[in-house]
Amino acid sequence: MVGILEDKDRIFTNLYGLHDPGLEAAKQRGAWNATKDILSCGRDWIINNTKASGLRGRGGAGFSTGLKWSFMPKEVREGRPHYLVVNADESEPGTCKDREIMRHDPHLFIEGCLVASFAMQAHACYIYVRGEYVREREVMEAAIKEAYEAKLIGKDNIHGYDFDVYMHHGAGAYICGEETALLESLEGKKGQPRLKPPFPAGAGLYGCPTTVNNVESIAVVPTILRRGAAWFAGFGRPNNTGTKLFCISGHVERPCNVEEAMSIPFRQLLEDHCGGVRGGWGNLKAVIPGGSSVRMIPAEQCEDLPMDFDALSALKSGLGTAAVIVMDKSTDLIKAIARISYFYKHESCGQCTPCREGTGWMWRVMERMASGEADPKEIDMLLEVTTQIEGHTICALGDAAAWPIQGLIRHFRPEIEARIAQYRSGKPHVQGATLAAAE
Amino acid sequence: MPKAKVNGVEVEFEPGMTVLQVAELAGEEIPRFCYHERLSIAGNCRMCLVEVKPGPPKPQASCALPAADNQEIFTNTPMVKKAREGVLEFLLINHPLDCPICDQGGECDLQDETIGYGRDDTRYQENKRAVEEKYMGPLVKTVMTRCIQCTRCVRYVAEIAGVPEIGMISRGEDAEITTYLEQAIHSEMTGNVVDLCPVGALTHKPWAFNYRPWELKKTETIDVMDAVGANIRVDARGSEVMRVLPRTNEAINEEWIDDKTRYACDGLMRQRLDKPYVRKGKQLVEATWAEAFAAIAAKVKKAAPDRIGVIAGDLQDAESMKAALDLFTALGSPNIDCRQDGMVLGSGPRESWLFNTTIEGLEQADAVMLIGTNPRLEAPLVNARLRKAWLASGVRIGVVGEQADLNYGYHYVGAGIASLQQMFDGHDKIAAQKPAFIVGSGVLRRPDGAAILNAIGAGAAKFGVVKDGWNGFNVLHTAASRVGGLDMGFVPGKGGLTATDMARKGALDVLFLLGADEIDLSASDAFTVYLGTHGDAGAHKADVILPGAAYTEKAGLYVNMEGRPQLANRAVFPKGHAREDWAILRALSESLGAKLPYDSLNALRAKLIADHPTFGQVGYAPGSKPAALDLVKLGAPGKVSDEPFKSPVTDFYQTNPIARASVTMAECSALAASLRSKPAAAE
Repeated sequence: MVGILEDKDRIFTNLYGLHDPGLEAAKQRGAWNATKDILSCGRDWIINNTKASGLRGRGGAGFSTGLKWSFMPKEVREGRPHYLVVNADESEPGTCKDREIMRHDPHLFIEGCLVASFAMQAHACYIYVRGEYVREREVMEAAIKEAYEAKLIGKDNIHGYDFDVYMHHGAGAYICGEETALLESLEGKKGQPRLKPPFPAGAGLYGCPTTVNNVESIAVVPTILRRGAAWFAGFGRPNNTGTKLFCISGHVERPCNVEEAMSIPFRQLLEDHCGGVRGGWGNLKAVIPGGSSVRMIPAEQCEDLPMDFDALSALKSGLGTAAVIVMDKSTDLIKAIARISYFYKHESCGQCTPCREGTGWMWRVMERMASGEADPKEIDMLLEVTTQIEGHTICALGDAAAWPIQGLIRHFRPEIEARIAQYRSGKPHVQGATLAAAE
Repeated sequence: MPKAKVNGVEVEFEPGMTVLQVAELAGEEIPRFCYHERLSIAGNCRMCLVEVKPGPPKPQASCALPAADNQEIFTNTPMVKKAREGVLEFLLINHPLDCPICDQGGECDLQDETIGYGRDDTRYQENKRAVEEKYMGPLVKTVMTRCIQCTRCVRYVAEIAGVPEIGMISRGEDAEITTYLEQAIHSEMTGNVVDLCPVGALTHKPWAFNYRPWELKKTETIDVMDAVGANIRVDARGSEVMRVLPRTNEAINEEWIDDKTRYACDGLMRQRLDKPYVRKGKQLVEATWAEAFAAIAAKVKKAAPDRIGVIAGDLQDAESMKAALDLFTALGSPNIDCRQDGMVLGSGPRESWLFNTTIEGLEQADAVMLIGTNPRLEAPLVNARLRKAWLASGVRIGVVGEQADLNYGYHYVGAGIASLQQMFDGHDKIAAQKPAFIVGSGVLRRPDGAAILNAIGAGAAKFGVVKDGWNGFNVLHTAASRVGGLDMGFVPGKGGLTATDMARKGALDVLFLLGADEIDLSASDAFTVYLGTHGDAGAHKADVILPGAAYTEKAGLYVNMEGRPQLANRAVFPKGHAREDWAILRALSESLGAKLPYDSLNALRAKLIADHPTFGQVGYAPGSKPAALDLVKLGAPGKVSDEPFKSPVTDFYQTNPIARASVTMAECSALAASLRSKPAAAE
C-alpha cells in the first residue's frame, strides 16, 4: 500500500483532474449529497461537529476552524449582516493545494461555503481568488453558475437557505492573503492589513462580523459532516487530526500534491508519493516543511518526523500550508533563503516600519552572505535584526520574513561562515580579511 | 471607572481609552510618530510599543490597543526598550541623517526619540534609499527621502481638511507619499500637514532655510486674518516675524490654522509705512510726527464737527478703536463707523451680531443652515469644525447662496432669499432639536440687508433657533475688529453718517481712516488721514499718513465672532518711526485740543472695560446662555430683492493689506485662480 490514507478515505477524489469538475460528475463523487440534511441538523450541530473533528485551519496558522466559527455573534443584528470570506489568495511560495481544489473539485468547495455560511448565519460568501489564478476562477465561476442553475444556492434554493456566492479577483499581491488586508482589498481599498483588535469576527468586511477561512478548511467540511467527526478525527495524532493536502516540491523524484493523513512521517510521505529524495535519502540536506515562511529543518531531524502542527512547532518550524520544499545537497541554501528574503521584501505592504525597512535590509545582507561578501559579524547582526522584526509588526508578514533566515542561521551557520571565509581567501584587500590575524 | 496599573501605579481611566492614553494619564511618556490624537489611528510606526499583561509575550502597539480593566501596562521594561530601539533603528537606516541642512532640525520628533532610543553608530552597510521630491504646492516643501511613512499627512488631508489628495503609493520599501498627480493640495489649510509631519519630509516652503527654531523669540498671540481669532504663536528673530504657528485652543481652532494666518507673515515686512507722510501738491513727502499732526490739526480746526468722520478697519485692536471713538466723540463728531462693508448690524442686543452657538458649540447642532456664506473662504476653521461635526454626528447642512465645494455634503436650498422664504413657508417646524443659522456678512452688507435679516429672523423664530439653553443664531464675520467695534458702539451717533455715506463726494471735510483699506473712497474729496501699516488702498488716498503698528507689533484686545475677547501680545516692535496706534491717537488728541484722558495702554484698557464690561471677560464667549434675543426684531421689515447671495470673499488669499503685501499669498492666489479656471484632471 502506498501511504497511510486509503482511497476510500480521500475527500478530494478528483484532485488530479482525471474526472469532470462539473456538477453531475461531482454529484457522482459525493458532492451535494444530503446537504439539506446537514443543514437541518442546525448550526450548533455543524459547529460542534467541526470542532469535534479537530479540523485546524488549513491556511497556515492552524487555528481550530470550529472554534473560529463560534466567535461569530450568535444573533444577526439589524444592518450588520454576517459574511463568510474565503481566502483563495494562495500565494505562499510552494503552496498549490487550493488551486487544485478550485479547478478540479469546485463543487465540494461551494458546498462547504454553503454549510459554513449557514453555520455562521451568513447569507453572502465572497471568494477572494488570487489574481494569477485565471483558469481556476473560470472553473469556479462555471461551477457557481451550475450551482445557481441547479438551485443549490441562490435565492429560494432547494436547501431553503438564501445564499449567494461572489468571486472576487485579486491583483496578485501576497499581502492580500493576510485576512484583514484581504478584507481591505475586497472593499476596494489598498491591500494593507488592519490593526487587530477588532478582529474580523467583530468588525470585518464593511465593518460587519466576518469569518475568513482557507479554501481547504471550507472544502473539507461537508465531507467531515457526512462521514462524521470521528472519522476525520481518526487520522493523525491527537490535536493534529484529519487528512491534509501536501504540496511537495523541490528535489524529489516526482513532485506532487497529495492528500494524506495528518502526522504521516516525513520520510514516508516523500518515499511513498514522490519517489523519494533525488539521489536517495542520504542526499537530503534540508526541508522547508510549510511554505516559504517557516523555518527550515536539517535532514538529520527529518527521519521520523511526523508531518503535523505540533511536531513541527516543537522543532521551531511549522506545518504552515504543508507546502514541503525539499532541498538536496546540491542546494545553495544561502542563495535560496536570499531569494525568499527578496520575495518578502517585494511583497511587504510598506505600512509598518519594521517590515518595510527590515525586509529590504535582510535581503541585502542575505545577498552579500550568498556571495560571501558579508562580514562574519553580520551573521549575529542579521539574527538580531530578524528578532527586531519578529512580533513587532501589524501582521505576520514580518514574522514570515524573519523565520526563514532564523532557520538558516540556526542550522547552517557554519555554511555561511565557510562561504565568507572562502570569498576572503586570497583576497587580502577585502576589509577584515587580513585584520583578523592582527586582532 | 476601570482601573489599570502603569508600571505598578494604579490609574483610573474612562472606558474606551487606549493603552497609550492610559499610560499618559499615569504620567508616562510614550514615544510615537504616527499617532496623533486628532487623527484616526494608523498604528504603523510601531514606536509606541509597550508590554501588556495579560497579553501575548510580545510588545503591543499601545496607540491601537484598547485598555482593559485590571490591565498591567509596562513602559520601561527591557523588552519595551529593546523593541523601541529596534523600531527606531529601522526608521533611521533609510533616513538621510541630514539634520544640519534640515529645517525640522531642533523640533524634530525623530531627533528627539533618537536621543532616547538611538544607537551611537549604524549597523546598516547598504546604500540608503532615495526618494524623489514631490510637488505639493507653493506652501509645502518636500524632502521625501526623510519621510518615515507615518501617514499623518494622508490622514489629515482626508479627515480634517476634507481633500483626500495625499496618499501612499507603491508598497514595501518603495512606498512613497505623494499628492494626487503631484498637484498642489486644494485646501486653505495645507500648512498644518507640516506641523503634523514628525520629521523634515514636509517643511514650510516659504520659510525654507530662513531660521533655526531655537533662535526665535516665541510670543503667544491672536490672529487677525479673519474673525475666528485663532490662537497663534508668533516666532520672531530681531525685528522680523519669521513664522506663525498655531496654539491649541479647543474652543476655537483646536490646533489648526489656515494658510493665510500662517503664511501671510512675510507681508509684515513689505509695503510697510515706517514714517509719517504729508501730501504736498500731488506727492506724499516724508514728514515728522509734529508736521503730520500740525497738518491734521489745521484741517480739523477749520471743519465743523459734523464734517469730520472716522472709519475703523478690519484689523484694528479694540484699544485703538476706543481711543479713536473717544477722540471723535470729544471732537463732537457723530460720523463714526467700523463697518467699512456697510453691514447693517450694530443696533439692538449684542447677541444679534455674535456667533452665538460658538465654534465649539457647532458640534452639538443637529441642523445647520448656511445663509449667504462660504465658510471655507470666510473662516476655514469654522468650516473645518462643521466638517468635524458632519463626520462625527452627520449633522444636516443646508446652503442658501453659492453652491461651492465646502468639503462636506449639504443640501442646496437655492441662491437667494426666495428659496429660503419658500423653505420657511413650506415647513411648520424643523425636525431638529438644535438648529443653527449661520448668516454670512455678504448678506448683511447688501442695501436690502436689514430687510433680509428681518426675514431670516422671522424664519429662525419659527424654527426655534433660539430657545432655552440653545442659541442657534450666528453671524459669520470676516473682520477681526468688527465684533469689538460693534460691542463698544463704534457706529454712527445721532445723525451721523455710515461708512458708505462718509465715502460719498462732499460728505466730509476730514476723513480719518483707522487702518481702513477695504472701502472704495474714489468718490470722496475729503482731506484724508490714514493711520495704518501698509501702503495699500487707504494710504494711496491719504493726504496725511500716520504709520501704525501691525497686529504682531502691539498688545491689544480682539473680540472674535463669538464675542470672545482675547489678548494679543507684541512679538516685535513697530517698524521705523511707526508707533502703536493708541499712542498716535493719544498724541494727536493733544494737537487737536481734545486730550484723551489716558497716558498708558493699561489706563486705556481700564477705561474700555469700565465703559464696556464685556471686554474684561478675556477668553470668555457668552455662547448659548439664555439670551434676550428676539429674532423677530432683527433688522427692519422692507422690500427684499432675490438677487443671489454672494460671499464677500472671492479671493481667500487677498483679503487684507498684510495678505496683499505677502509674496506667498500672491503665489497662492494666482494658483487658486488658475485652479478655478481649469477643471481638475479627473473631471
